Amino acid sequence: MNDFLTSPAGVLAITVAQTLALLVPVLIAVAYLTYAERKVLAAMQLRKGPNVVGPFGLLQPFADAIKMLMKETIIPSGANRLLFIFAPMLTFMLAMLAWAVIPVNDGWAIADINVGILYLFAISSLGVYGIIIAGWASNSKYAFLGALRSAAQMVSYEVSMGFVIVTVLLCVGSLNLSAIVRAQETVWFFIPLFPMFIIFFVSTLAETNRAPFDLPEGESEIVAGFFVEYSSMSFALFFLGEYANMILMSALTTILFLGGWLPPVQMEPFTWIPGPVWFALKICLCLFTFIWVRATFPRYRYDQLMRLGWKVFLPFSLVWLVLTAAVLKLTGWLPA
Amino acid sequence: MPTLDRIARSLLLTELVEGMALTLKYFFKPKVTINYPYEKAPLSPRFKGEHALRRYPNGEERCIACKLCEAICPAQAITIEAEPREDGSRRTTRYDIDMVKCIYCGMCEEACPVDAIVEGPNFEFSVETREELLYDKQRLLSNGDRWEPEIAKRLELDAPYR
Repeated sequence: MNDFLTSPAGVLAITVAQTLALLVPVLIAVAYLTYAERKVLAAMQLRKGPNVVGPFGLLQPFADAIKMLMKETIIPSGANRLLFIFAPMLTFMLAMLAWAVIPVNDGWAIADINVGILYLFAISSLGVYGIIIAGWASNSKYAFLGALRSAAQMVSYEVSMGFVIVTVLLCVGSLNLSAIVRAQETVWFFIPLFPMFIIFFVSTLAETNRAPFDLPEGESEIVAGFFVEYSSMSFALFFLGEYANMILMSALTTILFLGGWLPPVQMEPFTWIPGPVWFALKICLCLFTFIWVRATFPRYRYDQLMRLGWKVFLPFSLVWLVLTAAVLKLTGWLPA
Repeated sequence: MPTLDRIARSLLLTELVEGMALTLKYFFKPKVTINYPYEKAPLSPRFKGEHALRRYPNGEERCIACKLCEAICPAQAITIEAEPREDGSRRTTRYDIDMVKCIYCGMCEEACPVDAIVEGPNFEFSVETREELLYDKQRLLSNGDRWEPEIAKRLELDAPYR
């Protein structure tokens, strides 16, 4: 048995098993996130939301999935067929790929690499390619406008997000995600770095193209933005990718600021609950806030979006980064 | 000082937090959704739904083929043909309403001198083909027989305001 586990085939089998054990719950979470979004939005608008398919409408995501699978995939005659089909696959793939480094519990990451945060940052930056390719390959003006908006927006907000991450890294002294969580055993970083936490959260909203920064979709002005021309499963892949990215960004917020798998207090009743449950609960809290924000705020105008990104967040996060570095240096708290 | 106040407010995100608090308050409020078709909203006695031709209590049809409804119908959805019956009274031989043309304005019921054509409380008469919406006299009379108790009650309730 031990021989098999160390042989190449055994390692492959273990990796596949680990991947499935992570991705299946993620995909189910994506399905139920769409349900939760509809329920929460409905509740905030004094409606009931889906309640017909199954008890409390709990089977609604599956009904939607079956509907999507049954529909016809339409490829516009003017589209670049290869890229048109490739774009949703890329978006979905990248959204899944990033999960490889997320530590669900102490030591529970598929790849516990020492530059985990850089890897995450790289993958989430690549996400914009799926959108640009989709917008260009559709050969439609709305899709193209949506793709352009999305590209500019994701690039702008990544800058300030980068500074926020650097601030956290200064306090940890490691790029490893598990080490970042372990560094928060005394106090979760959202308390000392509260303004950065807010900036990071708002930037993740912009990064995942969520309201109030959903200009790439902008259904009231450019129909559905970059995926106007998509139907059936190719549309569903975009949808899955977008929601998986939301969960991923919530996981990242949890790891960087909310102490990952750690319980709020290292005390008896809290430590009984296993780490993955704490991790999931914190992700749910973040996702609820995502939807809550969508229910509350109207969409930004494009110039306001750029102003917020470049003239508010960038200088603010830069100043706070320098301030944090100075405080760490002067007090001697800088980790070795 | 007002500038400082404004800056402080925008840095502390007071307005955003207020907005979020408001939506959270609504999140816990009772919902206004009516769970149609299991629950239904109350209908006014003046509700203008599916048409019906009424009868007198002795079973004689009310319509006297005066064709006022046909004349007043703005969508020209009503077609009437009439000739004297064996007993010498004037009755319709044909009374068709094209429910696809009908705009449910209620002018026919206003025009009718004998309260024969009325719009009843029924609004759930969707069908799968267009032909089924071309109502003939038979259909309208059977509607009247079916909804008479409710129609009579509604006419009575609305009578004081006419």
